[in-house]
Amino acid sequence: MGLAKRIIPCLDVDNGRVVKGVKFVDIRDAGDPVEVARNYDRQGADEITFLDITASSDDRETIVHVVEDVASEVFIPLTVGGGIRTVDDVRRMLMAGADKVGVNTAAVFNPDFVAEAADKVGSQCIVVAIDAKSVHQPGEAPRWEIFTHGGRKPTGLDAVEWAAKMNALGAGEILLTSMNCDGTKSGFDLALTRAISDAVSIPVIASGGVGNLDHLCDGVLQGGADAVLAASIFHFGEYTVEQAKQRMQERGIEVRL
Amino acid sequence: MQRIAVIDYGMGNLRSVSKALEHVVDADCEIRVTSDQALIADSDRVVCPGQGAANDCMRQLAACGMDAAVRQAISDGRPFLGICMGLQVLLTASEENGGTPCLDILAGQVKRFSHGMRDAATGNLLKVPHMGWSPVAHAGKHALWADIPSQARFYFCHSYYVVPDADDLAVGQCEYGQSFAAVLAKDNIFACQFHPEKSARDGLQLLANFAQWSPSSQH
Repeated sequence: MGLAKRIIPCLDVDNGRVVKGVKFVDIRDAGDPVEVARNYDRQGADEITFLDITASSDDRETIVHVVEDVASEVFIPLTVGGGIRTVDDVRRMLMAGADKVGVNTAAVFNPDFVAEAADKVGSQCIVVAIDAKSVHQPGEAPRWEIFTHGGRKPTGLDAVEWAAKMNALGAGEILLTSMNCDGTKSGFDLALTRAISDAVSIPVIASGGVGNLDHLCDGVLQGGADAVLAASIFHFGEYTVEQAKQRMQERGIEVRL
Repeated sequence: MQRIAVIDYGMGNLRSVSKALEHVVDADCEIRVTSDQALIADSDRVVCPGQGAANDCMRQLAACGMDAAVRQAISDGRPFLGICMGLQVLLTASEENGGTPCLDILAGQVKRFSHGMRDAATGNLLKVPHMGWSPVAHAGKHALWADIPSQARFYFCHSYYVVPDADDLAVGQCEYGQSFAAVLAKDNIFACQFHPEKSARDGLQLLANFAQWSPSSQH
């Protein structure tokens, strides 16, 4: 036995509440981050990621309290992303009980921020989120570009080169989301996942496009991902984390059961 | 009523450690997150967590006098739990940051995982940090293993690992490209590379065992 591949449910949190309609039958309040996190812990989730989508900066403090509340009751690793721009933001999340902090746009506009944050709090705490979109034409060699602002703004940065650069600057992990696949339920962009995974020496979390349990397996087996992140297939009760792990095990992937 | 001190030297996520302890101890047990030497000296048990780089950890320990507090707690024979960097700082020296002298309470070195390690079974490249859930094999009996099966998975997050001079200090072994010591134990010290406070049921069990451990009467 060795290191298990991880399954990470991702929760969108807006102003302290879980949104995007979590539909568990067995919890009282599907908007309560603590209840939802506890439920995923019981199902055997290996980590939980919170993405803070609170629009108003005045309300950003609420995510700190969410992290404090969850970290007081759920004893598995927690990652928080969204709106992280300074080393102080990183520290505040860690002090609240997060284990890792996801940085995205801030890294694109100021890559040295990754180096500074990794230097101050340790690489293991810094997850660089990469939103990439396929930009090659049919017949061309594959190429993916980094996009910001929910996939609307191109940056001109090559995703594979960027991932390697983030690795070199001290990122501890890459959270890779395919903007082409996100929301499609057609599976991860496996070529992208494989290209990034082969380009870096740090773990890669595949995200975006999961529609069934075999998609999770493909991300690991074909994409080379170290962990797989999904939201809707778990939130809507289509599958439990436990079922996902059983499927992964059937396909020869080592998981924590 | 017992008191457990969680040493605060400004390195890492102490809230998770204190909350996990609160979750498993009796209601009348006091958990103190502190950098006050007097409070630590007055506690029944001491936990030393820690994250970050070795040189920063050693500098911070010394800056708040916590190196002395660690030595005192250990020489007093009080149960001492080191977690992650709280394990590594006990060794003689670390390779990190171009070589960092540590507390030298347990003789041995802290080394970095090498690049290009491959999984023996699958041939896949092993990423560093070693991040996630790996099984820990018991290498000898210990009171803190009570109700925890050998090969239970714990959450790891590290790029460096400990190599004690004396093999028999390792009471837990883990495989990541090679076999390494996941837990060192000696007398009243139990120090683990993994994070019990983030390791779900088995991690909480280990913390509960620590809160009841009497090193003098059982080992």
